[in-house]
Amino acid sequence: MVTIGIDIGSISAKAAAIAKDKLLGSKVILTGYNARQAGMAVFEGLLKELAIDRDAVGRIVATGYGRNSVDFADQAVTEITCHAAGAHFQDPEVRAVIDIGGQDSKAIALGPNGRVTDFAMNDKCAAGTGRFLEVMARALEVDLDAFGEMSLQADEPAKISSLCTVFAESEVISLIAKGARRTNIIAGIHASIGARVVAMANRLKLQAPVMMTGGVAHNIGVVKALEDKLGLPVQVSAHAQVNGAIGAARLAAGG
Amino acid sequence: MSDQEKTIDPEKERRKIKSVKTMKDIMTHYYIEAKTAEETGKKVAWITSGGPVEPLIAMDVIPVYPENHGAMIGASKMGTDLCEKAEGMGYSGDLCTYALADIACSTVNGGPIGGLPKPDMLVCGNNICGTVLKWYEVQARYYDVPLFILDTPFCHTEFSDEARQYVRRQIDEYLVFLETVCGKKCDHDHLRDVGRLSMEGQRLWQAVLDTTMNKPAPMSAFDAFFHLALIVTLRGTQTVVDYYTGLLEEMKNRVAEGISAVPEERYRLLWDNLPIWFKTRWLSDKFAAHKACLVADTYTSAWCGSLPYLDENNFLESMAEGYSRIYLNIGTDRMAEMVVEMIDKYEVDGLVMHSNRSCKPYSLGQYDIARIVQEKRGLPTLIIEANMTDARSFSESQIDTRIDAFMEVLKG
Ligand code: SF4
Repeated sequence: MVTIGIDIGSISAKAAAIAKDKLLGSKVILTGYNARQAGMAVFEGLLKELAIDRDAVGRIVATGYGRNSVDFADQAVTEITCHAAGAHFQDPEVRAVIDIGGQDSKAIALGPNGRVTDFAMNDKCAAGTGRFLEVMARALEVDLDAFGEMSLQADEPAKISSLCTVFAESEVISLIAKGARRTNIIAGIHASIGARVVAMANRLKLQAPVMMTGGVAHNIGVVKALEDKLGLPVQVSAHAQVNGAIGAARLAAGG
Repeated sequence: MSDQEKTIDPEKERRKIKSVKTMKDIMTHYYIEAKTAEETGKKVAWITSGGPVEPLIAMDVIPVYPENHGAMIGASKMGTDLCEKAEGMGYSGDLCTYALADIACSTVNGGPIGGLPKPDMLVCGNNICGTVLKWYEVQARYYDVPLFILDTPFCHTEFSDEARQYVRRQIDEYLVFLETVCGKKCDHDHLRDVGRLSMEGQRLWQAVLDTTMNKPAPMSAFDAFFHLALIVTLRGTQTVVDYYTGLLEEMKNRVAEGISAVPEERYRLLWDNLPIWFKTRWLSDKFAAHKACLVADTYTSAWCGSLPYLDENNFLESMAEGYSRIYLNIGTDRMAEMVVEMIDKYEVDGLVMHSNRSCKPYSLGQYDIARIVQEKRGLPTLIIEANMTDARSFSESQIDTRIDAFMEVLKG
């Protein structure tokens, strides 16, 4: 029996299918303004891509901010529990998850069974989230996807001291005006996100191995900044963006 | 929830607390009396929630609580408007929103009851915070009335003899202040009786709160938030004693009949900090849907927490300590100890902390308290970031997720 996880985030909707403890596949689309429709679209799209019959689908678990709008799901579970389950599915050794999504960031401590033992969330402020990076990419006129690589070329990372996205943006603009190199500014931006997220994560007693999930995990610069501040190695989920959906599918299977 | 549902659910009816009506009548009567004080020739004093009210009652002055008014403003969802007004007057939005709402309300006579009656004097106790000093100074200037400040030293661990003398002397000054403003002498025998009634009221309030030691709890913290108003405003009167005697009776009957606040209570939680007044209904339904009952809280119990330090045979003397050693005027370690005591007493499964942007002294040590609770009792804490009156700091879907995630952790 195939189980499905659907993760409706503020920016993208994700779906993942699992059967017999194996990930069959996943799909990501933009959420748009209608969470319900996005849930249906990503679900149907995934089934089509994997050539799975609707009748072959067992339980469905929905997660993410739009979890309660997926009316065809059997259960709604928060993304905290799902990210933990997803990370545990990928690597049962993982004891901590740091998830940086488009609009929020969270740190989760896991027990050996993959259950959440504690969590901390920043869901109030754009600093320390993907949105922060987007704003900075715009200010720097750099493609966000290039951020990771560029930051590795920094020789003297800039200091971004402001914790507020709006203030940090003007700090970046004045750095540009002063002629600071973009690579250094980007490295400074990553360090600032790292500091912000780790300050939150330190409220929990995080233990290694730490896995990073969420779309921002693809940015090597942020991963390095997190490792630096945490003083622990951070492994990047191979399915960072769909980890929540994988966890949901896994929970749907009763795991 | 949906008021379209006109059909009466007998189960819901059974669960309703019947004393609510009496309480509403008493509060209405109280506010009418206060608002007509000018006609009846009575004096009105505005006083802080932790202020020494007994001498006012003894002198037949009507005490009025801007903080209780702030709670009413919050509950009637008028907080944001008034806060914005105060910001427009130049006050920082980071200030206590009770202060903001009150200061703005004075200039427009707004809010749910068209503003508070004009004060003849102000009585400010800084045992709850430093904000009240400036707030009351602003109001003293605005209304051009005398202000009395009771300065209670912070009790990190203990209450020294020097502190006792210092506060005790101020109590005498307070009586002189009242005698001057009222133009009459204080009847000390009467004050003693008021002190006795005050303590009796506090004992009864504690007894009401303690009925939630029963499983299931006959009432929740959300009920306590409502029934609290009397012990705050009319402490020291027979009305309070009578009301809580009745409420206690009702709670005992509910326990005997197995009527619980939350249907099928499975999880018991402890609330910390002020209520989120404009969202109490939503929060109470939200937790109830998880079969979770907030059985106790650090807030409503603050109005009977001083009982160990008060002496009914020597009320005036004991006021110094009783009014200094209150929950917001002690060190974080002692606060954490009290939280742990409550966890054991009410047998709770987790802590819910309202991290309140508005009230700094209440929110400052919360992460430390959460850590201590985790270390000592291994219980998880949910942090809800909000504000007691201003809805601008409340984000429903985020808080919804946090509560669901926390309950998932508790359910394991
Ligand atoms: S800051 Fe806190 S203690 Fe002080 S008046 Fe405001 S709510 Fe009350």
